[in-house]
Amino acid sequence: MLLIYCPHCQEYREEEEFSYGGEAHIMRPLAPDALSDKDWGDYLFFRTNARGIHHEMWYHAVGCRRYFNATRDTVTYEILETYKTGTQPTITGANS
Amino acid sequence: MSQNRVASHTGAAIDFTFNGKAYQGIAGDTLASALLANGVDVVGRSFKYARPRGIFGHGAEEPNAIVQLGSGAGTVPNLKATQIELYQGLQASSVNGWPSVNFDLMGLIGAFGRLMPPGFYYKTFMYPKKLWMTYEHFIRKAAGLGATPVEADPDSYDKLNQHCDVLVAGAGPAGLVAAREAARTGARVIIADEQSQFGGSLLASKQQVDGIAAPLWVASLVAELMAYSNVQMLPRSTVFGYYDHNFLTILERRTDHLGAVSTCGTRQRLHRVRAAQVVLATGAFERPLVFAHNDIPGVMLASSVSTYVNRYGVAPGNKLVLFTTNDNAYQTALDWQGTGREVVAVIDSRRNPCGEIVAAVAAMGIEVIAGHGLIEAQGGKRVKRALVAPINEAGTQVTGAVRRLDCDLIACSGGWSPAVHLSSHTGAKPQWDENIVAFRPGNSKQQERSAGACRGTFDLQGCLSEGASAGADAALLSGYGDGSPQFPQIAVEEYIEEPQQALFLVPHTKPTSRAPSQFVDFQLDVSASGIELAVREGFESVEHIKRYTALGFGTDQGKLGNINGMAILANALDQTIAETGTTIFRPAYTPTTFGAIAGRDVNQLFDPERYTAVHRWHVEQGAKFEDVGQWKRPWYFPQQGETMQQAVDREGLAVRNSLGILDASTLGKIDIQGPDVAEFITRIYTNSYLKLAPGKCRYGVMLKEDGMIFDDGVCACLGDNHYLMFTTTGGAADVLAWLELWQQTEWPELQVYFTSVTDHWTTATVSGPNARRVMAKVCTDIDLSNEAFAFMDWRDGTVAGVKARVFRISFTGELSYEVNVPAHYGRHIWETLIAAGEEFNITPYGTETMHVLRAEKGFIIVGQDTDGSMTPADMNMDWVVGKNKAFSFIGKRSLQRSDTVRANRKQLVGLKTLNAKEVLPEGAQVVFDAEQKIPMAMQGHVTSSYFSASLGHSIALAVVKGGHDRLGQVVYCPLADGRSIAAEIVSSVFYDPKGERQHV
Amino acid sequence: MKKYSAFSLLKNALSYHENWQKVWRSPTPKQDYNVIVVGGGGHGLATAYYLAKIHGITNIAVIEKGYLGGGNTARNTTIIRSNYLWDEAAQLYDLSLKLWEGLSQELNYNVMFSQRGVLNLGHNLQDMRDIERRVNANRLNGIDGEVVTPQRIAEIAPLINISRNSRYPILGASWQPRGGTARHDAVAWGYARGADALGVDLIQQTEVTGIRRKDGAVVGVETSNGFIGARKVACVTAGNSGVLAAMAGLRLPVESRPLQALVSEPVKPCLDTVVMSNAVHGYISQSDKGDLVIGAGVDSYNGYGQRGSFNVVEHTIQAICELFPAFSRVRMNRQWGGVVDTCPDACPIISKTSVQGLYFNCGWGTGGFKATPGSGYVFADTVANDHPHPLAAAFTVERFDTGALIDEHGAAGVAH
Repeated sequence: MLLIYCPHCQEYREEEEFSYGGEAHIMRPLAPDALSDKDWGDYLFFRTNARGIHHEMWYHAVGCRRYFNATRDTVTYEILETYKTGTQPTITGANS
Repeated sequence: MSQNRVASHTGAAIDFTFNGKAYQGIAGDTLASALLANGVDVVGRSFKYARPRGIFGHGAEEPNAIVQLGSGAGTVPNLKATQIELYQGLQASSVNGWPSVNFDLMGLIGAFGRLMPPGFYYKTFMYPKKLWMTYEHFIRKAAGLGATPVEADPDSYDKLNQHCDVLVAGAGPAGLVAAREAARTGARVIIADEQSQFGGSLLASKQQVDGIAAPLWVASLVAELMAYSNVQMLPRSTVFGYYDHNFLTILERRTDHLGAVSTCGTRQRLHRVRAAQVVLATGAFERPLVFAHNDIPGVMLASSVSTYVNRYGVAPGNKLVLFTTNDNAYQTALDWQGTGREVVAVIDSRRNPCGEIVAAVAAMGIEVIAGHGLIEAQGGKRVKRALVAPINEAGTQVTGAVRRLDCDLIACSGGWSPAVHLSSHTGAKPQWDENIVAFRPGNSKQQERSAGACRGTFDLQGCLSEGASAGADAALLSGYGDGSPQFPQIAVEEYIEEPQQALFLVPHTKPTSRAPSQFVDFQLDVSASGIELAVREGFESVEHIKRYTALGFGTDQGKLGNINGMAILANALDQTIAETGTTIFRPAYTPTTFGAIAGRDVNQLFDPERYTAVHRWHVEQGAKFEDVGQWKRPWYFPQQGETMQQAVDREGLAVRNSLGILDASTLGKIDIQGPDVAEFITRIYTNSYLKLAPGKCRYGVMLKEDGMIFDDGVCACLGDNHYLMFTTTGGAADVLAWLELWQQTEWPELQVYFTSVTDHWTTATVSGPNARRVMAKVCTDIDLSNEAFAFMDWRDGTVAGVKARVFRISFTGELSYEVNVPAHYGRHIWETLIAAGEEFNITPYGTETMHVLRAEKGFIIVGQDTDGSMTPADMNMDWVVGKNKAFSFIGKRSLQRSDTVRANRKQLVGLKTLNAKEVLPEGAQVVFDAEQKIPMAMQGHVTSSYFSASLGHSIALAVVKGGHDRLGQVVYCPLADGRSIAAEIVSSVFYDPKGERQHV
Repeated sequence: MKKYSAFSLLKNALSYHENWQKVWRSPTPKQDYNVIVVGGGGHGLATAYYLAKIHGITNIAVIEKGYLGGGNTARNTTIIRSNYLWDEAAQLYDLSLKLWEGLSQELNYNVMFSQRGVLNLGHNLQDMRDIERRVNANRLNGIDGEVVTPQRIAEIAPLINISRNSRYPILGASWQPRGGTARHDAVAWGYARGADALGVDLIQQTEVTGIRRKDGAVVGVETSNGFIGARKVACVTAGNSGVLAAMAGLRLPVESRPLQALVSEPVKPCLDTVVMSNAVHGYISQSDKGDLVIGAGVDSYNGYGQRGSFNVVEHTIQAICELFPAFSRVRMNRQWGGVVDTCPDACPIISKTSVQGLYFNCGWGTGGFKATPGSGYVFADTVANDHPHPLAAAFTVERFDTGALIDEHGAAGVAH
């Protein structure tokens, strides 16, 4: 069970307080109607699914109800950093 | 006095039964020690060959002595007799053996054991094919250990969430001193040990520690720890799992030592511990030696014999032969000598044992037979003799004549295996160390360190000093102390030991394949020849061998067998043990009660029940309830003698003809405020809210980004910057999270704030032609005229003296007012409306009637008429999609994908059965040709179906391929009973198609 | 290949089991193969077996980074059924079920396929609507199944709690008698032995580290033991599919999640069928050895660690105690996790790719074990003909562009 530092609450809290929000830094296209089916499908469904360093969203659902991002190793499950939505990670891996 | 009780050992007598026979033990006994004291040899039968088995160990490693405890609802299967504390009246029985454990007919099968090598299941029982289920029936019957209860568990369990600075797992010598060092720094310490008493191996030790007997030294240290207010001591508590981010689980057995079923609170407690630092001091298991028929009752671990003698005052036999590869086990010969019973000989595989303790044993006149192996035990249900022979230096061959030694007890020791389980749970790979002939814990993956025997340090002095360092280190890293042990070094008396021999398979005069079975994993009858056979058959990976032979898959999880098995495998593969690798231990360290893992969250607390403020009233009226998400919603309100259909007919007609009232409080309600609220919800909903004026409501649909309907409901403009969004009952939480997701991650520039207000409001919906009249009786400050307060308007006002928001929205198609008041006034407003409506025969109706009424109107229910693959167009709801909105709302682009614009998608239609009384089953599949053969071409399915009392015929909603262009066509629903019901495709709006009634 | 039988067992017993044939060879890899199957789990081995058996392509290597059948094949809860909702999925899984029904004889290896039936419980009215819909669809697709009452459920599984007073009372269930369980390891070993006998090289402890391409076509794979050439490369690596795809510069619509499972200590027969519940969220069966085999859904986060979070185990066991209050005193012996490749629509991807000669079979999520024979069968056909097998045609990766998803979340629901 993960122990997650919420950058908004500035506390470590149990995983049970959070829900996982999927891969981070996937921008919604600004002009969806201009995209091909393929490009739109890519946005909707295709993910890096990184083995190792992964940037992902978490939602402090039963805490502050704020989304934030985490850089987590998907093999060791170590959380290397958490950072607020709209900011960039300081740790990046080969896959990201 | 029982036959095997050492005279000097006394205690209060405790009566118990085993296999129906009465015995007596004494206070402090385990079931195992009491059985041994009473000379009970056979306690179980092995899994595969039904061989008689006795008690082999003295703790968690016990593979054989598996018993069923108690009876009836309180029975527990598969407990290890070595871990059951004896209590007055305890009943236990063997888990296998028929008609009895002493005479087991299945044992005859054991005689054909050679026909059942590893993998034999895979090679046979294939023909004739149809007989497999019969074969399997008997295979299953022969398998299994104990029996589950057949009644609900009478006990309760609870959980404790804990945080600590230092968790110490194991309260043997290393753990105790680690806890003391950490405690003195002020760190919050939890120390847990699976046994009833702290002390571990010292409890059975004859050594002097700090000048006093080891058990006394333990007692004083325990007393010292108890004095610390920052130390929590958990005896009878097993740390059974080590999970990510230093999360550990401890099972505390609170009452098992008092009786099968607790009479004083929860039976067991699960501690969920988040520890800053962990000290693993879980000790080591002695390794058995693998020789022929090493499973006969009377063969035991050397340390177990010593433990029974020293700690429990039980000498489990008369004539001992000790077989060892190391100095350490010689202590057992000394301990046995102390009971006054005979040590026949010590067999040492080493050529030239020369340790201090060897000399001490020899000095007592005990014969030490060096350079020999005990190659075979003989006897039936008890050891009668040992066959001993000289072996070569490598321990691979018998090199001389066999000698027979009469004995009834064989104690064996192949060295010690550190209990690396918890360390392994973290993902650390155990590392083979030739020097200690054992696996040490691998590189730490968490904030933990091992100390003492579980780290491969077997001398007491080493354990104590490692424990002290580990405790101080753990405290420092959690922010306490300076990292160096503060207590003076503890003086201990111990023999200096000489190196042991690595001996994992004792040679026999015959090759392994032909020798009598040399057992590696006792519980599952895995033998050395089985492992070699698996290698011969081409299995090379240790995981393959484990799975093929079942090595390590017992309830002891290979605590005794794994290392020997791995070494035998390595030898068969001509590899080193390090190359062969190890297997990864997984939780649980010892088996853990399901009830304790479930905790309180069972029965009515399995999931919270949500009630509306009017719930009690519904209960009083005898409502039947429907589970909708966590909510309990009134389903229908049957009156005396009514069937469900009669109740629903009556309720529906009341709404259509006069007045009904619905508790709609469970609908999700999200209060949304901020200057950008209209823009925001216009991006979320398919339609636009930019021009919605205060006082107005609008129905909206939201899609997922894949274009599929996700939720629907009405949204009301409360003020320029203030909206109230209604969601479906089940969708409320998901919708709120959805809104927050988009606002926070994509459009943070939009100033919008969301508050869930679902529980803050009670919603009483009055619906029917008399709705305005009843409202007029309870509300005087709102102009209720259709001109002043039109359909899809809402107004602030006072209802029954309570500030209320009243919405003119309708899910029935009738004139309706949804009265929202703060939930505290819920029942008041409800009862006031009921009283005011009496003259109109106001009729409470439930979800079923609501469903019928809305289906008559063709209103969809998201999740019932849609299934995650439906677009608004599919639902014939293109009117709700704002195609020209400036912003490409969520899901819009997906509506243009090639598959979403495809013709022939499933579309919502109405179905009218040709036989008007026949109600289609919901979930019926729709076909165009009822005569076709299976597989039939399915064209859609019935999503909602009811008998409509107000229309006098059945109605159904369905999704049918290309349905919008098929009005008037007849389709068929082939049912399981062979009938095929014909129905005509009609408009999905059955009642008041122009929608006039809600506008009056 | 020497046949296994009761007679061969007896004969070998007389010679102290010293003369058994090796179950498969340990070949040195050739320089070049017609087809390389990456991933030696059940699906990969089945693919190789059917390529050799049906399509006559025997110059094949299966490359496995660990040991055969050591991934999800070794970690699943062995449930087999075909009662899926949508035609495409139901037909694929039923092909698989039909193959299961003759698999022990086909492979001359007893995979212990036990057709003890599968119950999928309904706990609320919408569950029951969905169950009716699914069972009706199955029936019209020629797949066995019926909707059963709580009383019938209690006859099939007497220890189940059908009280109306439980938190989420059981309202009914779908019942597929042909469903059941099988011995997971035996499936991998049986296919491996069969493939080996047909000439397939099974290469273990060799990790694929790259997919070499030339002019948009596959030419082979880089491995931890050097380059091996191939005309076609078929990737069947479940949780690691994303990693393989990245080697070829591709992305997939899959995410790898931990899926946990656990077993109790072995107990005497007490549950003669498979019980699954979406709403209460857990599933359970009893192995022939006597263990209660239990699982639930995936953990929420991506993870390749073959482990998940303890709270998921707690919720799973709560569900089991809720369904079977008598099991509360039984004890968990062991828990573990696998890495499952989940697709947005809970259906697999069986597909060619934009790289000529490179194929993927992945995205089986929580339900891959039951599909092992059918998956291998249609994938072998797809690889052999460079064209989707008719039953695989709906499962190409293009559906994520067109939107033609096959949403089996309802049927896959609680996993499996």
